[in-house]
Amino acid sequence: MKMATNTNNLVKEIRKAPEATIVSLGGDVDLHHSPALHAALVEVAGERPRRLVLDMSGVPYIDSSGVGTFVEVFRRVTAYKGKMVFFGLNDRVRSVFEITKLDKFFVICQSEEQATQA
Amino acid sequence: MTPSVPIELNITSSAKCLAVVRGAVEKMADVEGFGEMDSHALTLAIDEALANVIEHGYEGKDDQPISITLLPVKSADGRPGISVTVRDKGRQVAPEKIKGRPLDEVRPGGLGVHIIKSVMDEVEYSCPPDGGMLLSMVKYVGGDTSATFGGEPKEGQAGGLAQKGE
Repeated sequence: MKMATNTNNLVKEIRKAPEATIVSLGGDVDLHHSPALHAALVEVAGERPRRLVLDMSGVPYIDSSGVGTFVEVFRRVTAYKGKMVFFGLNDRVRSVFEITKLDKFFVICQSEEQATQA
Repeated sequence: MTPSVPIELNITSSAKCLAVVRGAVEKMADVEGFGEMDSHALTLAIDEALANVIEHGYEGKDDQPISITLLPVKSADGRPGISVTVRDKGRQVAPEKIKGRPLDEVRPGGLGVHIIKSVMDEVEYSCPPDGGMLLSMVKYVGGDTSATFGGEPKEGQAGGLAQKGE
């Protein structure tokens, strides 16, 4: 099931399936956009999906505020024993996850198919 | 040979300005011969520095002045680089207290300084006598930080400008 999107919070599409809720993001995840993105992802996490899958293929750039947003949502999801999984990271975004060591905590997959089964 | 020309950007402390600065930095890095990941490292460090000024120096006020200068430089062995200053008039913090946090736990916040010190070749914070903070930093093409993008900051990296100037 596809859900409506909000262009202000970088959420381009939300698809809900039994195994996962897949949120497609688009745009730079920076200090300007992170608060609205955080609010949107907290709302999705509040529905306690078994897997919260984040499609990052439309995200060209992320800074530490964006990383902090994902960390905060990750803590919410793991608190109810759900999983948060990423796919579609470009080299720039991946490098920020690596430099902050979050690639060791986050599950990062190559494809949507892998992510929805991770 | 074209002389090096400094670029000065004056913005307000609004997060909306960050994308504009990133665009300018990426373009200058391209002109100076930076590759994609070196350009990203430089852009990210400046973005993090500005975010810290906005969030901490000005405590979220979005109408305060920030000045950024970008100056092409060369390393001792001739590699191109860009020297950056970020000047604000916000709250002063003792430079020795500006540190990244340990990364052994998953929690938001405190990552900006870690990123800056990891990706830049030289980093120095100072408190000018007329108030605010001055951050001076340099990124060279193909340096240790380029090879270790994603690794730990080099030991003794902070304060590198002062040491090299001695």
